[in-house]
Amino acid sequence: MAAGGGIDPIHQFHIAPIVELKLFGLDLSFTNSTLWMVVVLAVVSAIMVYGSSQRSVVPGRLQSLAEMAYEFVASTMTGVMGKDGLKFFPFVFSLFMFVLASNLLGLLPGSFTVTSQIIVTAALALLVISIVVIYGVVKHGTHFFGLFVPSGVPGWLLPFMVLIEAVSFLSRPVSLSLRLFGNMLAGHIALKVFGGFVVALTTGAAAGLFTYAIAPLPLLLAVALTALEVLVAVLQAYVFAILTCVYLNDALHPGH
Amino acid sequence: MPVRSSGFARQGWLLAVGSFATLLAGAAQAATPGLSGEKASFPPFDPAHFASNLFWLAITFAVLYWLMSKVALPRLGSIMEERASTIGRDLDQAAQLQGKAEEMAQAYEKALAEARKNAQGIAQTAREAGAKASDAQRHATEAELAAKMAQAEATIAKTKTDAMGNVRDLGSDIAAAIVSKLTGQAPSASEAAAAVDQALARG
Repeated sequence: MAAGGGIDPIHQFHIAPIVELKLFGLDLSFTNSTLWMVVVLAVVSAIMVYGSSQRSVVPGRLQSLAEMAYEFVASTMTGVMGKDGLKFFPFVFSLFMFVLASNLLGLLPGSFTVTSQIIVTAALALLVISIVVIYGVVKHGTHFFGLFVPSGVPGWLLPFMVLIEAVSFLSRPVSLSLRLFGNMLAGHIALKVFGGFVVALTTGAAAGLFTYAIAPLPLLLAVALTALEVLVAVLQAYVFAILTCVYLNDALHPGH
Repeated sequence: MPVRSSGFARQGWLLAVGSFATLLAGAAQAATPGLSGEKASFPPFDPAHFASNLFWLAITFAVLYWLMSKVALPRLGSIMEERASTIGRDLDQAAQLQGKAEEMAQAYEKALAEARKNAQGIAQTAREAGAKASDAQRHATEAELAAKMAQAEATIAKTKTDAMGNVRDLGSDIAAAIVSKLTGQAPSASEAAAAVDQALARG
């Protein structure tokens, strides 16, 4: 999996430039991370744009997939935000598909997981929170900050409640980005560690009859973990999307 | 659940502002060297790649957003709307056809019931006509038979009278013959006839 890395479970997260590019004193090289962002973009576009190009009333496979994704995100959004939440539909849909495709493509051997870079998940989370704040303030003005003032709380308790609400609001982008990042990072490290065990037991310095005998065990675990990681990849994309909906709902309906 | 695309454009600027702010924040952090110092060996936390990641993420995500909001999602929405309307139209048509079929079935039932009633009427008339005809024929035959019977009875009565007349003549002849044999003296024909009449009336 990791070229030349052997059993180094961290090697898979290394970013290597493919095309050097320096702009404004910043290193904006086209890296392996960039490459997989482009792959994600290509895969999602292939499903959604090419898949819907037939415009058939009776859909084919790819169009069914595209429609399933569309309806899944749309029903999730209306479930959380109601009908008027659908004005954010393209944003949440793009976010969900980007994260989902990154997570799933990252599971391919030799690939790079874009969402295992904290800067990527943090940027996406900050984007969500920026939209929540900007839309909330533009749409509701100061009323948006009523979000931090829960109703029906006695006066002496209010400062504490406002503090707690503010902290919980500020921790949202942190938890949103760390959840996705942590899940992807930990899952891939675990996979690589178990894969590394197999390599170490069969080709390592201490390799012998006994290590050959127990080598299938970590292999089986790696297989089971791969299945679990597929689940985690889909689940985390869903969690990211639904939390985005919950936060956007606050901007849409700030009243408690 | 088709979504109209008109509202999509309005939040495009929001997205742009948000992503620009995020990009600036990240780039500023990436530009400050030595934040993580020498310990930045763990690649996901290495700020050396933050700027590149952010830059390309902004580009790819913007392209993805543009493709989704301008091309894929409106198209899918219209496809699904069209499908819903097609299905609705087909259902309407089916309901209409069903109504027509039911109407036709009712008309057929009605025609059938009418025909049945007509047939019954015709059968009744035929039956009555037949009964009348046979009655008339029976009456005629009966009358004819009665006439024949009466004629026969008349014939019988005439024959009987004739026969009785012959018997009287024969009786008077025989009586005359017996009387002449017994007495040797022939009675007159009128006397014999009177005697026979007397005997006949008695017997």
